[in-house]
Amino acid sequence: MYPILEKNDLAAKVYRYVIEAPAVVKKARAGQFVILRLCEDGERIPITLADWDIARGTITLYVQAVGKTTTMMSMMKAGDSLLDVVGPFGIPSHVEKGKTFVAVGGGFGIAAIHPIVRAHKQIGNKTISIIGSRSKELLIMEDEMRAISDEVRIATDDGSYGTKGFVTTILQSMLEKKEPMDVVLAIGPVVMMKAVSDLTKPYGVQTLVSLNPIMMDGTGMCGACRVIVGDKMKFACVDGPEFDGHMVDFPLLTARQKMYSPQEKISMEIFNKICQAQEHRETAAW
Amino acid sequence: MVSDPVNPEAEGRKKLSNKERMKIPRHPMPEQDPLARAQNFLEVPLGYTPQMAVEEAERCIQCKNPKCMEGCPVNVKIPQFIFHVALGNFELAAQKLKETNALPAVCGRVCPQEEQCEAVCTIGGKVEPVAIGRLERFVADWERASGKVSLPTLPPSTGKKIAVIGAGPAGLTCAGDLAKLGHSVTIFEALHKPGGVLVYGIPEFRLPKQIVDAEVDYLKKIGVRIECDFVVGMTRTIDELMSEDGFDAVFIGTGAGLPYFMGIPGENLNGVYSANEFLTRVNLMKGFEFPNHSDTPVPMAKHVAVIGGGNTAMDAARTALRLPWTEKAYIVYRRSHVEMPARKEEIHHGEQEGIEFLLLTNPTRFLGANGWLNGMECQKMELGEPDASGRRKPVPIAGSEFTLEVEAAIVATGNGSNPLINKTTPGLASNKYGNIIADETGKTSREGVWAGGDIVIGAATVIKAMGAGKKAAAAIHDYVMSKK
Repeated sequence: MYPILEKNDLAAKVYRYVIEAPAVVKKARAGQFVILRLCEDGERIPITLADWDIARGTITLYVQAVGKTTTMMSMMKAGDSLLDVVGPFGIPSHVEKGKTFVAVGGGFGIAAIHPIVRAHKQIGNKTISIIGSRSKELLIMEDEMRAISDEVRIATDDGSYGTKGFVTTILQSMLEKKEPMDVVLAIGPVVMMKAVSDLTKPYGVQTLVSLNPIMMDGTGMCGACRVIVGDKMKFACVDGPEFDGHMVDFPLLTARQKMYSPQEKISMEIFNKICQAQEHRETAAW
Repeated sequence: MVSDPVNPEAEGRKKLSNKERMKIPRHPMPEQDPLARAQNFLEVPLGYTPQMAVEEAERCIQCKNPKCMEGCPVNVKIPQFIFHVALGNFELAAQKLKETNALPAVCGRVCPQEEQCEAVCTIGGKVEPVAIGRLERFVADWERASGKVSLPTLPPSTGKKIAVIGAGPAGLTCAGDLAKLGHSVTIFEALHKPGGVLVYGIPEFRLPKQIVDAEVDYLKKIGVRIECDFVVGMTRTIDELMSEDGFDAVFIGTGAGLPYFMGIPGENLNGVYSANEFLTRVNLMKGFEFPNHSDTPVPMAKHVAVIGGGNTAMDAARTALRLPWTEKAYIVYRRSHVEMPARKEEIHHGEQEGIEFLLLTNPTRFLGANGWLNGMECQKMELGEPDASGRRKPVPIAGSEFTLEVEAAIVATGNGSNPLINKTTPGLASNKYGNIIADETGKTSREGVWAGGDIVIGAATVIKAMGAGKKAAAAIHDYVMSKK
């Protein structure tokens, strides 16, 4: 069992969890992920590590409640336990000295870029973080990102904070102004990662994306997470999750993420009905 | 240890001549009705009754030179355990079985006895061989049901720590043998449940999971520690286990977990699965109970094609057919019936249940619309000259292409070896297929590291992996005891 020590409700169904997972912490590196399972009938879901604390033996995860499992997780409290947390999985981010590193994080993808930016900062690289959300109150981890970035640039869709527009709006102007950058890393929704990759390609700037296909075991055993990178089949769990954004077949990734959409919908509908019935009972009892 | 019968005839067995014994017909296995079972996940064979078992055991002529034992990769003392069955001493029979076989209830179900012990049974030359596998299953089931599971007397602790990587058949066997020798054994398992292929691969209707659970419980009772959610290579490396965590030796039994795809167009369409993914979703994750008692979705397809002719292909096709929304399941195999590597029993069960076999048929392309599979282009094959495997090579027949309408296709054409351990263990030698190189005891190129099962020999059987785990356990014992 893996106890939840802290839980915070951040924004737009995004929650922060500090979870005790001492075995994972020992080896955790930037760019890696864990697979968790809430309960006996639960599914296995991969979540990128946002942070970890070696002394406490804890990992920090940011999870957005979208499907049944993540919604169930959003109902858990500090003191509750997850049934399984396993990892760390994936090849850690490649961090090399003497680079100007630009990280682009959209939505709760900001959580995933956090440890990677920090790893670059720790070895003395210049770090620029471009983070964005739909509006000011939905932006997460601004303080954490400021603490590890030489510069933080912010975009909101509605212009309520920072530049009005997308994270790509900021990146585009940086590219146009020929601001120095050696590596760009983008993590967020597939459309965003594709947009960043399309943007940097003509400028020849190395661009990495961290892919999030459907995954089950995390050890390369099932092949559910297969992606095409430069015409070659790769398993995101063991060959990734980071790949060259200029080589990734994004339309395929988008299609494969919908593999179980009809079933996920059924699962969510049943779950909602159960929750409603529960609420109804509680109200009646009151 | 149970004493072996010295003179079977003198110890109270029915006085029958060998001729009379051979006249007793082999007892058929009672089975669930094919049409009923194709709708459920309950076990297909129902098992012998005690009376059937005793009668079947009387067919054994108690050879002085029992070939059956040599035919068994773990050398089960077959005549001896069968002798106890004939006398109705099922408890003694169970103890005898367990002297060499840690997982008899599993082996009695999934071993290919027809190629091993039963293939060389002396009476098998004249009449049907003794149903050794069914008797093994009966004895193991009887013991479990009786609650009289006897624990061996463990020797004093040797103080040696051994790490076993992977809780599949090889690892469980190796761990069991080492624990019985007084070592402190920890199994590290990547998944959340121990059992390896016994829980993620082999379906419930062929091997009920409670049987695997019982075998695992037995290991825990004799002191084996099992750490699930622990991926050696990621959570910890072999070097760390040995240099920092104090393990004196390591056994690698990580199996053949790397699915092969076919390299034909369209195989990344939604609806094309590896057999590993499909079977893991249904078996380990209990996807057959989705959405009510499992959150893991499984393909909801009316028509399913399974590509391949091995046991995994049979398991996948029979599993697919049992899902309530699947109406039709095909086996698509490029050679003919006789070349199919699956056990005859599995093929027969599949036929009975209504699987349609498209033999001498090879898929050439997956077809789809909007990212989803809706058909599979196939071509008919004929058999040519024998190839390197000794089997006749399938050759395409020009102009024989046709389209099979399916919404799900499951690729069961084999597994490579999972590279996770090799990549993270410097100095561990492997061959060009990624299989770890090991000698006949499982010893690898790394001091103190043994390996066995599919990770060494490539995808094979449960019992071969168990045999390898057993041999390695003996060698590891010698090694740690000679080490100062």
